[in-house]
Parts: sequence; structure tokens; C-alpha cells
Amino acid sequence: MKGELRDLKFTVNGRPVELKVKPKTLLMEVLRYDLGLTGTRSGCEVSACGACTINFDGMAVRACSILALQANGHEVVTIEGVADGEKLHPIQQAMVDHGAIECGFCTSGMVMSARALLTENPKPTRDDIKKAIQGNLCADSGYTKYIEAIEIAARKIGGGE
Amino acid sequence: MKDFDYFTPKTAKEAVSLLVQLKGEGKIFAGGQSLLVLMKQNMIAPEAVVDIKGLSELDYIKFDAKKGLTIGALTTHRAIEKSPVIQKNYPVLSEMEDNLAWVQTRNYGTIGGNVCHGEPAGDPSAVFIALDAKLKLLGEKGERITACEDFYKDTLEVDLKDDEILTEIQVPAVLPNTGVAHEKLMFQKGELGIVGAAASITINPASGVCEGARIALSNVASTPFRAKGAEKALIGKTIDDKVLEAAAEAASKEVSPPSDVHGSEEYRREMTKVFVKRVVRKALDRAKAKS
Repeated sequence: MKGELRDLKFTVNGRPVELKVKPKTLLMEVLRYDLGLTGTRSGCEVSACGACTINFDGMAVRACSILALQANGHEVVTIEGVADGEKLHPIQQAMVDHGAIECGFCTSGMVMSARALLTENPKPTRDDIKKAIQGNLCADSGYTKYIEAIEIAARKIGGGE
Repeated sequence: MKDFDYFTPKTAKEAVSLLVQLKGEGKIFAGGQSLLVLMKQNMIAPEAVVDIKGLSELDYIKFDAKKGLTIGALTTHRAIEKSPVIQKNYPVLSEMEDNLAWVQTRNYGTIGGNVCHGEPAGDPSAVFIALDAKLKLLGEKGERITACEDFYKDTLEVDLKDDEILTEIQVPAVLPNTGVAHEKLMFQKGELGIVGAAASITINPASGVCEGARIALSNVASTPFRAKGAEKALIGKTIDDKVLEAAAEAASKEVSPPSDVHGSEEYRREMTKVFVKRVVRKALDRAKAKS
């Protein structure tokens, strides 16, 4: 039946979540409206800006471009799940310390893309970083400080600093 | 977005049975990276969505030196981009994927979804046509194979019957002395090409004469376009600047490019020439390097 509510069971930031949603519901809508996790931004809704980037089974994906029901059985991490309690993740700390954040709207998406990158490739080149955040538009910063902050974070996580 | 009925078949055969039951009202849905953008704007509104993203049986990359490459329809763009087998034997495919949208889209979108979407500006279809790829389709009556270049009917319209799904893309073994290349005009890396071109060039190793040419263009017609006039201008000749110019000229006359915010018809015609020359030169260099 069209629009009939269906079961959705998945993990968000390490916690199991159970909901009933209409099939047309987007993952971003579940995160922001059903779970109150508004750190994932709704920037453009047409899959162009990356402000809604989350980690889905460790991969960077756009939450606005995934049907919520496809998350059944999968692991989602949002920006709210990145810090360790009050202690910021090295990527977040580096962005703060380095002054990468201006209005902050793209930041959560940037963090999630960087987090996926560093999980897959702990020693990225500058080119690797640029490719990883290619799908995260920023209207303010000009990107350079985000790239540098991610480099700093990579070195820190790798134990180099 | 409008409400729809929603099914998650467990096998490809089950997906086909569902399509049959749904009598043409079912829309196959994989990563949704192309479809959702249209559905969100109600440009398409399927009555029922048959979600096949979970069919792991269709997610594979297999290579045989003699038979070539087979890619399951649900292989993600990212898997193709990163595949060592593809990077080694069909580098044009991973290069094409590197320029396809951005990481987030490539992580989730599938090659089959892209090929079946029928976007005339799409890159994979142009490259697959240059590679002379075949598509394996599964329907109620069984399997059939069709050439990729015959698959495209019109913008967003492909040769897929109501009861059929794409299961596999088959790329033949690349002939010796053959080079393949792909390039597109984009202002931001990853964008759909304003114009795109893929070429496969085979040369005679002794004489250097071009023995085979396949040139496929994107965003210059209502479907991916095989520039047969341009190919004719190359075959049997030693490709030099003059021959290249003639091929480019032939291509620019064969195409019927759209005019839109990204480029006028004349601009696209001009860029057709530029990109035909670029890819043929690159493919030729690669063919020579192999001889």
C-alpha cells in the first residue's frame, strides 16, 4: 500500500534505533526530525552541496539522497557521534584551532567527509584531501583552511605531532 | 515527493517477478543517486519502487584476460574507481569514475543505475560504447544481451522492458595495440560534462595506420552518441593533425547538441571538435605505448 508505514531498524552513533516511516522518507529527515540530530544540515536538498554528509557503514554519503528504509541494518554516524563526550575529535579540534570555520554551515559535512577519508586513508596527500571534500561546498572559507586542518588532524591521529 | 508502494526483493529473479506483478508500474531503484533528485521534484513519481540496492549477488567485478571484464549492475562507482583490476586493465574506467560527481555519490550510486538512467550527458555510457560493451538483461522470459550502443532510445529512455532489470555489464578484452581515453568539459570537477568524449583507437603496430576507431560523445544529442562519421575519417589512415582535424569536423557536423544554461548549440559543436581531438590523441598515444 502506498505510504504505508514500514519498520526501520538501524544504528545511529552506536545506538540502536527503531522507527516506523513512510517509504518516501529520506534518511536526512529521519535524522533531523525523528531523532532530533540537526547537526546534519539540509543545505540544498538536490544532492549538490554536501552539507548533509554523514558516514554510512564508514563511507561518506549524502543523507538527503538516501531513502531512510535503505538504512535498515546499517550503521550511521552523524556529526553528533564524532566527539568523544566533551572531547573533540582531532578533526574537529584542528578545524577550530586552525580557524577553518566561518559561518559553520558546511562544517559538519566537512568533518564527516574528512572522518571517512582518514578512516580509509590515514596518510592522505593534499590531493586526496581535496578529492574527499570535493563534494562539500563552502560559501565562506575558500576551502584552504579546511584542507590544512585535515592535514593537521591526519598528522595528529597518525601520531606525528 | 509523492508516496509510493515499496518492495525489497531478495533476489534478482524476485525483482523480475515483482515487475511482472506490478504491470509496468514498478520502478527499479538502486542507489537512487539519479532517481531521488527527480523524485524529490516530482519530475518522476513511480507508483511502486522496487528497491534492489541490497542484492549483493549483483555486486561484483570479475576479470579474465581472454574474456574481459564483467561488472555486476549493483557495483558502486567507488568500487570501480578503486578496483586494482580495473585500474590495471581498463584504466579509462577508473579515470572516468574519478571525474564522476563526488565521493559521496560514488560511494552509494551504482553503475547499473547510471547506465539504465539514460542521461545523455552521462559518462559511463560513452565509455562503455567506446569499449563496445554489452549489457545482460534479465526478464520474465530469461536473459538477453544487447549492445550498450543500442540501449539508448531517447533522453532518460532506455531499451528496458517493463519486466527487465540490468544484471551485468560485459566489457570485451581490450585488443592489443588499442588505447582508450575519456575527457569531458566541466567547470567544477565531477560535474556532468557540458560535452564529453570517449575514444578507442586501434593501430597497426608495424605501419601505425589506424585500424579501428570507436568514438562516443555525451551531451551532444538526446542520447549518448556514436560519432561514426568521425570514426570513418580515421580508419585506414595514419592519424596526424590533418586527419584529426577532419575527424573533429565530421563529428561536429553529426551531432545535434542541446542549447541550455551551460552552453549554446554552437558552443557545444565547437567543443565537440576540441574534445574529439583530445581523446583521440590520448587514445592514440596509449595505443602507441602498447605497441
